[in-house]
Amino acid sequence: MKLAYWMYAGPAHLGTLRVASSFKNVHAIMHAPLGDDYFNVMRSMLERERDFTPVTTSIVDRHVLARGSQEKVVDNITRKDKEEKPDLIVLTPTCTSSILQEDLQNFVNRASTESDCDVILADVNHYRVNEIQAADRTLEQIVRFYLEKAKKTNIANSSSDLDLTEKTAIPSVNILGIFTLGFHNTHDCRELKRLLTDLGLEINEIIPEGSRVDNLKNLTKAWFNIVPYREIGLMTAHYLEKEFNMPYVSVTPMGVIDTAIFIREIEKVILDLGKEKKASSSQAPISLNNKSNEIDYDKIHKRFEDYISQQTKFFSQAAWFSRSIDCQNLTGKKTVVFGDATHAASLTRILTREMGIQVVCAGTYCKHDADWFREQVFGFCDEILITDDHSLVSETIRRIEPSAIFGTQMERHVGKRLDIPCGVISAPVHIQNFPLGYRPFLGYEGANQIADLVYNSFTLGMEDHLLEIFNGHDTKEIDQLKDNILKSPVNNLDVTNTLEWSKEALIELKGIPGFVRGKVKRNVEVFALKNNSTVITLEVMYAAKESVTT
Amino acid sequence: MTLSVKEETRFVFDCETGNYHTFCPISCVSWLYQKIEDSFFLVIGTKTCGYFLQNALGVMIFAEPRYAMAELEESDISAQLNDYKELKRLCLEIKEDRNPSVIVWIGTCTTEIIKMDLEGMAPRLEVEIGIPIVVARANGLDYAFTQGEDTVLAALVQKCPRFSNVINENATGQDFAESDKKRLVLFGSLPNGVASQLTFELKKQGIEVDGWLPSQKYSSLPALDENTFVCGVHPFLSRTATTLVRRQKCKLIVAPFPIGPDGTRAWIEKICEAFAIKPKELESREIKIWESLKEFVDQVRGKSVFFMGDNLLEISLARFLIKCGMVVYEIGIPYMDRRFQEAELELLKRTCEEMNSPLPHIVEKPDNYYQIQRIRELKPDLVITGMAHANPLEARGITTKWSVEFTFAQIHGFTNSRAILELVTRPLRRNENLNSFNSFAKTYAT
Repeated sequence: MKLAYWMYAGPAHLGTLRVASSFKNVHAIMHAPLGDDYFNVMRSMLERERDFTPVTTSIVDRHVLARGSQEKVVDNITRKDKEEKPDLIVLTPTCTSSILQEDLQNFVNRASTESDCDVILADVNHYRVNEIQAADRTLEQIVRFYLEKAKKTNIANSSSDLDLTEKTAIPSVNILGIFTLGFHNTHDCRELKRLLTDLGLEINEIIPEGSRVDNLKNLTKAWFNIVPYREIGLMTAHYLEKEFNMPYVSVTPMGVIDTAIFIREIEKVILDLGKEKKASSSQAPISLNNKSNEIDYDKIHKRFEDYISQQTKFFSQAAWFSRSIDCQNLTGKKTVVFGDATHAASLTRILTREMGIQVVCAGTYCKHDADWFREQVFGFCDEILITDDHSLVSETIRRIEPSAIFGTQMERHVGKRLDIPCGVISAPVHIQNFPLGYRPFLGYEGANQIADLVYNSFTLGMEDHLLEIFNGHDTKEIDQLKDNILKSPVNNLDVTNTLEWSKEALIELKGIPGFVRGKVKRNVEVFALKNNSTVITLEVMYAAKESVTT
Repeated sequence: MTLSVKEETRFVFDCETGNYHTFCPISCVSWLYQKIEDSFFLVIGTKTCGYFLQNALGVMIFAEPRYAMAELEESDISAQLNDYKELKRLCLEIKEDRNPSVIVWIGTCTTEIIKMDLEGMAPRLEVEIGIPIVVARANGLDYAFTQGEDTVLAALVQKCPRFSNVINENATGQDFAESDKKRLVLFGSLPNGVASQLTFELKKQGIEVDGWLPSQKYSSLPALDENTFVCGVHPFLSRTATTLVRRQKCKLIVAPFPIGPDGTRAWIEKICEAFAIKPKELESREIKIWESLKEFVDQVRGKSVFFMGDNLLEISLARFLIKCGMVVYEIGIPYMDRRFQEAELELLKRTCEEMNSPLPHIVEKPDNYYQIQRIRELKPDLVITGMAHANPLEARGITTKWSVEFTFAQIHGFTNSRAILELVTRPLRRNENLNSFNSFAKTYAT
């Protein structure tokens, strides 16, 4: 047993639900007790989702405990199949169902013979993996299921025109790992699409967000895969590499330097594939602009390099920002970075390499990916912290006393307590981290956004200090003014002198939240004067509350 | 007071599949730890429970709440670790850090399934660490949302002292004479301000409230015995009521709940009746409150409402809204205790007759999918529902109010009737404010 107040990554089934509900027309059925469908609330609130979340529960109650689910799970699956006509139903185990040890696979087998849709059982162990790992696994599981299905139909039906080795004429990519409730995922996706299109690449499939499982058989048409985030998509990329010989790029294009590295990696992959294709000359020749039929290595190279320099110099302001006087003032400032592996590692590198800020401590809660994280931030920070205990992070921040923190919502609140500004760079997040406006973290526009985020965090901190040094906002006179207004003959209410508050009423008043207390006090006093009461008792207070109209 | 069989058949009670969205009952820790100031709530469950609480509690979680998860790990599930030792270690840690007067263990689905004997361990551990331990099994296998409070209060009933014991300890001649007097204890957790408002209403009728369950401090739990009359303030406290009657031999006053001016008046009347007191100035007080609500009542009159059901306040709220002139199509409710809610159901029926409104359809353990089909057909003016359905329904042109707000807002007594209508009319007022924009948006949105 572990005493826990807060967790960075949710339970495993949440990862499965996030992947399943990102696909179009996929329904997830949780085998869970009443109240475990909190995921629907999160999705509907945080993402402000307009559609009903395609997740229902096959409820585990006392009867299930006593006699097993029996027909219930199968009935629920077949019912959903009829009601929603999904392409796929994912039966999702939860912590409860994993200790019940019912044979869910058997239910799935039975249900799939009785329903039109495909049915699979999410292969996640609640006590061994967290939300992030489960999401990665579920995505791979679904992709594997449909590609193997496609293979089988190919073998069974040799005249099928589906060819899993066929590639698109123009170099094309799949983007793996954009999904619901992901930190700024939709914005990042749009930015990635723009960047790849600028490079002359075609977007083949984006999974899982907004994609249909029927399209998964087309995944192999792409020349290669892109995995923008460490947390989800890598398992799928490995699978596609092993089974279909598809290379992948897993550099996260966050910050101008890493975006350039990302683009060069893509260049390398294309050139390698081009060489291969040339060797087997029967294949269609590579073309980046639809016109030239021959691969011109130098042209691709020059084109990509030109693009990098153009974007870095003119589109992204981040590079210029680094050289500007503003950024000079940030030199050597101390920060702490904490978040998921992708964002914490990228931010650490951006802060040190691109802004000259000292990252005293970089950390992640992705304990399962600790080695990768260490390697990524090695040399970019003084200490590395791998933990999922928020109090340890809080202690570290307290000890280091950085000028700004970059972390999750938890670190933002630690910052509030310690009076240190914080920029939120990673999940877990609140609704304010699902902005309506365009806020990518990836690519060149992402670099602009990050520069703003970093700069605003620091200047706000400075503003507070300067105000303190120079005796703060000039509020004294305003307070005085308010007092005068209250006491002024115009109001005819010299409230503080004539009215007495009873002890109980004062206690009640103290119970009212601070930000409205003043207003309530004034209203009660006005009411008391109107009614010629000299002592404000509880009774007067309640009567005053009732008398308020609108 | 009792419904005759013939009349009762007029209500249509349906029971669906129980496939509905609600909060897990462990959410009760969020308001109970604030109410009982010297308590500490330890939820013994998994990451799933913790993640739910963390997200449902929102920003409260950052305010160093007096609650924590005892997160079960694989070794606990497979019994490689000794539950007793593990709990002892955690409780000692809590004692060290927070020194509470009581630790409440909240049992969850997992402790049920692995049959962790919390009730058996608590008395032993209590002696060993010197802090009372209360065990409440507020799990999703058996209960919905607010019923969590019911399980905690029912457990607390058993920790309440016997009145005679309290008297004997610090007895004076006068106290002994008083021990036969009828006393009143109210049960149900309310914010302190609301509790004192209700206490005050009864005082006006000459009735002293001798105690509240829960009290502000664990150390001041009310004393109970067979001369104690008890009355509930929430419709979801049926187990607590049963426990009070069976274990402590208290006398239960079955009354409608003090929600809305009509409910508050009926509640006070029932209590007066039990104390053989003729209520005074109650009618005029109710009328006055209705007058102050006129503006809101005008806004809702004639509008239709559909309760999807998730917090058991539904019958009382529907009764109040019918009295306001609304038409209630359906009252979804997780669980319907017809005995505990008897007086409330009777008042609902009377209200319907009075307002010439058809008796609403009461659906126990509703099925959200079927409900949404019905909502599509009926097109109610307002759907009171959980957050899982609110945005999707709004996107389909159905106006909604988030049901959980009724649990957290102050809605009891005469004084707070206005708060209920403020909540109910907010979406309607929003619609009015956005009227011109809505037609604009409809033209340009797909």
